[in-house]
Amino acid sequence: MDISALWLTLKLAGLSTFILLLIGTPLAWWLARTHTRLKVIIDAAVALPLVLPPTVIGFYFLVALGSKGWIGGVLERLGGRPLAFTFSGLVMGSVFYSLPFVVGPLKDAFSAIGRRPLEVASTLRARPFDRFLTVALPMARHGYLTAAVLGFAHTVGEFGVVLMIGGNIPGETQVLSIAIYDHVEALQYDQAHWLSAALLLVSFLLLLVVYGMKHRRKKEAFR
Amino acid sequence: MIEARFRITRGTFILDVDLQMPSQGITALYGPSGSGKTTLLRAMAGLDRLTDGYLKVGEALWQNAHYFLPPHLRDVGYVFQETTLFPHLTVRKNLEYGFKRVPVNERRISFDQAVDLFDLEALLHRSPRHLSGGERQRVAIARAVLTSPRLLLMDEPLAALDLKRKREIFPFFEQMNETLEIPVLYVSHDPNEVARLADYMILLNAGRLQASGEIRDMLTRIDLPLAHDHDAGTIIEARVSAYDPRYHLAELEFIGGIFTVARQALPLGKKVRVRVLARDVSLTLERQSDTSILNIFPAIVEARSDAEHGQTMVHLNAGGASLLARLTQKSVEALGLSPGKKVYAQIKSVALLE
Repeated sequence: MDISALWLTLKLAGLSTFILLLIGTPLAWWLARTHTRLKVIIDAAVALPLVLPPTVIGFYFLVALGSKGWIGGVLERLGGRPLAFTFSGLVMGSVFYSLPFVVGPLKDAFSAIGRRPLEVASTLRARPFDRFLTVALPMARHGYLTAAVLGFAHTVGEFGVVLMIGGNIPGETQVLSIAIYDHVEALQYDQAHWLSAALLLVSFLLLLVVYGMKHRRKKEAFR
Repeated sequence: MIEARFRITRGTFILDVDLQMPSQGITALYGPSGSGKTTLLRAMAGLDRLTDGYLKVGEALWQNAHYFLPPHLRDVGYVFQETTLFPHLTVRKNLEYGFKRVPVNERRISFDQAVDLFDLEALLHRSPRHLSGGERQRVAIARAVLTSPRLLLMDEPLAALDLKRKREIFPFFEQMNETLEIPVLYVSHDPNEVARLADYMILLNAGRLQASGEIRDMLTRIDLPLAHDHDAGTIIEARVSAYDPRYHLAELEFIGGIFTVARQALPLGKKVRVRVLARDVSLTLERQSDTSILNIFPAIVEARSDAEHGQTMVHLNAGGASLLARLTQKSVEALGLSPGKKVYAQIKSVALLE
């Protein structure tokens, strides 16, 4: 049971991180460069998961993904099945839940580049998308690593959203954090200890990577 | 010929210029800070889109009221004031960035040619982080040149360098100018730099074109502020004609005679630019014989400015070469200096520009 929970957790975090980077890139790029008033609203919306209790996010997703909800309903009419209590539902919830942890570092990285390198590229005949691929992306690579690590770690650590959307179906929606909860409920403290310690270690190592990189970059900047 | 007309209002600042510059040589865009030099340059590159603009480079229209070519479609090179090399690329990749994006049949300079011209062979594998300020600007200029531009815009490219580093870069400009035939518009507010490099000059003041013309004429026009600077002076083209090793004196032949200058040996026939400062020129009515001054030339007074704080600027013609002399109002009246008067100009010191 624990092995399948571990596998499911990695699969969920990996897939969510991948989708987050795909969605986060244009969003962060736009937020870093626009000056419209709409930016404030989008900025606030992206930051929502930082302050909302995960159960609230989970609750709204549960309602939306069910057969009567606007996402689940549409899917059902198209011949699919509702997403509540499924792995796909979990991925959608995780993506929203971890969005600020990915968009934040990407936005900071894009802002730090400034306009000048892109202006230089434009006077060197590079088209807009070319400039993005050959200048903005490589110059923001540290931001991408930070975003990926934080997005991944944060998804691994979620509990409330998963419980609300996914319930506790082994092999489908039962992730590590929920397995730990189950063990504690069943008074199996030994297994709870093992899993908790493993999560703690992995999270710490991931954060170590992020902060180690920041430290190194600061040192380089002063050279 | 390059024609540019731009108008823009930003708060209290108004840029309103209509200018023409030659399609060859280095044109200095000169003016005090805040006069709109960078604004104009950015507009010409298409980095800022001014709606009220017109720009034609040779036969190619780059923008008018209904048409706007974005920067990446303009045959323009741009060198910024600060370091702008891509930090994630080596020097070689930086140089190749623009070069690779220019179609092969539009390239007018080869990669190796640019590397040779700017002496970059030893730097190619380095990261921009490990270059000195002067090396970085050399790479940045070579990178812009490698796009085979029809117009090269430079926004105070040497401003961050000290005088010694500037002097190291000047010869590269000259070689570039001789080899490549790319018209350069060069922003500067350093009169020495302008005197050293430019052939043509556009004078900008408070967003307006004050004057434009050949650098020699511009520096000596007493209706322009340049001739009233503390360092006001003229530039004269000359050629090394002889060298006297006993006295370490070089003879520099120019249109109005021969300058004698204390110098280390110079190669005969070498073309040089000399600068004569207005405060180093004094005038006499008779040729002086008992004097320590070596450089004395007959000249004719062309014009003189109104006195300011008892000082007057006199514009002279010495056998076809322009000279400026800064004199006291008292001397001007005592010698009766008015246009057409024949005088002798005594030049205390002649600076070789290098």
